[in-house]
Amino acid sequence: MELFDNLALGFGVAFTFQNLIYAFIGCLLGTLIGVLPGVGPVATIAMLLPATYALPPVAALIMLAGIYYGAQYGGSTTAILVNLPGEASSVVTMIDGYQMARKGRAGPALAAAGLGSFFAGCVGTLILAAFAGPLTEVAFKFGPAEYFSLMVLGLIGAVVLASGSLIKAVGMIVLGLLMGLIGTDVNSGVARFSFDIPELTDGVGFITIAMGVFGYGEIISNLSKPEEDREVFTAKVTGLMPNAEDFKNMIPAVLRGTFLGSALGILPGGGALLAAFAAYTIEKKTKLRPGEVPFGQGNIRGVAAPESANNSASQTSFIPLLTLGIPPNAVMALMVGAMTIHNIQPGPQVMTSNPELFWGLIASMWIGNAMLIILNLPLIGIWIKLLTVPYRWLFPAIVLFCAIGVYSTNNNTFDIWMVAMFGVVGYGFIKLGMEPAPLLLGFILGPMMEENLRRAMLLSRGDWSVFVTRPLSASLLAVALLLLIIVALPSIKSKREEAFVEE
Amino acid sequence: MNIKSQKDFFSGLVYVVVGGAFAIGATNYNVGTGARMGPGYFPLLLGILLAIIGAFVMFKSLTVETQDGDKIGSWAWKPLFFIIVGNLLFGILLGGLPSIGLPAMGLIAAIFGTTIVVSKAGDVFNLKEVLILATILSIGSYAAFVLLLKLQFPVWPTFITG
Repeated sequence: MELFDNLALGFGVAFTFQNLIYAFIGCLLGTLIGVLPGVGPVATIAMLLPATYALPPVAALIMLAGIYYGAQYGGSTTAILVNLPGEASSVVTMIDGYQMARKGRAGPALAAAGLGSFFAGCVGTLILAAFAGPLTEVAFKFGPAEYFSLMVLGLIGAVVLASGSLIKAVGMIVLGLLMGLIGTDVNSGVARFSFDIPELTDGVGFITIAMGVFGYGEIISNLSKPEEDREVFTAKVTGLMPNAEDFKNMIPAVLRGTFLGSALGILPGGGALLAAFAAYTIEKKTKLRPGEVPFGQGNIRGVAAPESANNSASQTSFIPLLTLGIPPNAVMALMVGAMTIHNIQPGPQVMTSNPELFWGLIASMWIGNAMLIILNLPLIGIWIKLLTVPYRWLFPAIVLFCAIGVYSTNNNTFDIWMVAMFGVVGYGFIKLGMEPAPLLLGFILGPMMEENLRRAMLLSRGDWSVFVTRPLSASLLAVALLLLIIVALPSIKSKREEAFVEE
Repeated sequence: MNIKSQKDFFSGLVYVVVGGAFAIGATNYNVGTGARMGPGYFPLLLGILLAIIGAFVMFKSLTVETQDGDKIGSWAWKPLFFIIVGNLLFGILLGGLPSIGLPAMGLIAAIFGTTIVVSKAGDVFNLKEVLILATILSIGSYAAFVLLLKLQFPVWPTFITG
């Protein structure tokens, strides 16, 4: 079996003492920062990215994967204990998780989230390993026209599945694409929109955008809310493990969530949020067993299902990134940035040119998931302590780490001026109800899209119909169009808006 | 004409202005033809697209009713000011400002300056507490970033280290 050979190679790479340590540190740091209220996974990864610069590429990616899982788990912890979602997909976990915490069952809720995520992560890793090979084969058949259409589909998918106002989110994508074009044009060497500032000819750093918009923007917006909005349940966490009854309820929910999440995660456009919502809806539709707590009042299935769905989806969302080089969501966009810094161009060629890295990364994802269980179940008490740290100590530290991180990217104070500007812009986005995640995605994809558009048009001698006459490209665009039409249908539109109201 | 959604009206306006600016800026570069795109082609296309989206969002904000007018609400000027200024101060203290002859003061001074200024953004400000926090952050950052990760920072002021 080729699959097992490959996995064996991967585990061989990942199971060195050094890489295990990096996975462990990554998980630890990720959870540590991710658990802080008001810091989502994107901000966490952006903040911790500089810590991986000095490492060799494989170790750096392994550590990043650890940070990613840690941050996500940390986000669920804050959702359950503080009723504050670190990211959109933990909004669903919040509904029942927070109610469980209020009833003194925060321990089982956290354990359900952790165990469900671990199981889902294992399944997701297997699917990733199994599908990566065949998909890479497909990727080699892709020409520039197909890549362009795929990116259109990815971007449309991202806003359809993951945002409030559709048209505003599309606007944010276009804005992101435009910002991605700032800097030297690779074909002609012309410095575009750089206002004769030498630092800008390299383009805007994506870390400055991520930290300014997600880090500073969020902090400013958090500070403008009154303190009593943040209520923490810490004293009452007793009895960590779910009881037998909980397990009986949990297991089918975890299985359903995992299955749904794995399927939706492969879709370009970040299925994690959709998966969490769909898993919760399905659980809500199934019949309650006698004596079970109704949904919305602290049902353990309402935590286990969306968390498993969320985690298996975030696992399988590595598939489009690793095989096609296209990030399906903002977190993956950051991973692309990280890979580029380590001189790895994500895409189908990684698997053939760097098999140790590719399979090592996949193996380390599983290790990262396992690490989380080992680390977090015993340490939940400590994470909860962290939540009681007053915000007035936290936010100066966060601002400081952002500033240090931004500076260390290029050892250049220019980036600090840029991050200040994006902080103001980010707060403006929040005030105007404009979502920053699509912007980051567009920003990463901007140069890639332009490059592929140019190549496709050059090959077709300026004939735009190339995008619809090539069957693969045409079907990708058709799916994108279909997604837009489905969302615009009145019945779906109202349901969709309902789902986002709670944010 | 009434603005039915303040948030949407102004986000639409932002799109129109930014999209328009990019489109106009793009005409300064060689636009080229479809088969041979110049550096201006794609930005021009996207700029126009963004402006159209913005116009649509603005149009919707003037015609579609919302429940409460979707007000932007008051701006949190205080946190905005102190966080941004604290961040800028970090850069100035860390790297200095050669244009006005200000020397680099190094990491430790920058951490103290930033922590104090940024803390002003909160509701409570207790100088003693903030100084303790700054000390802890300095020691932690020095250990983590300079000793452990070996990142290159000017740690002390240049007039001391030379």
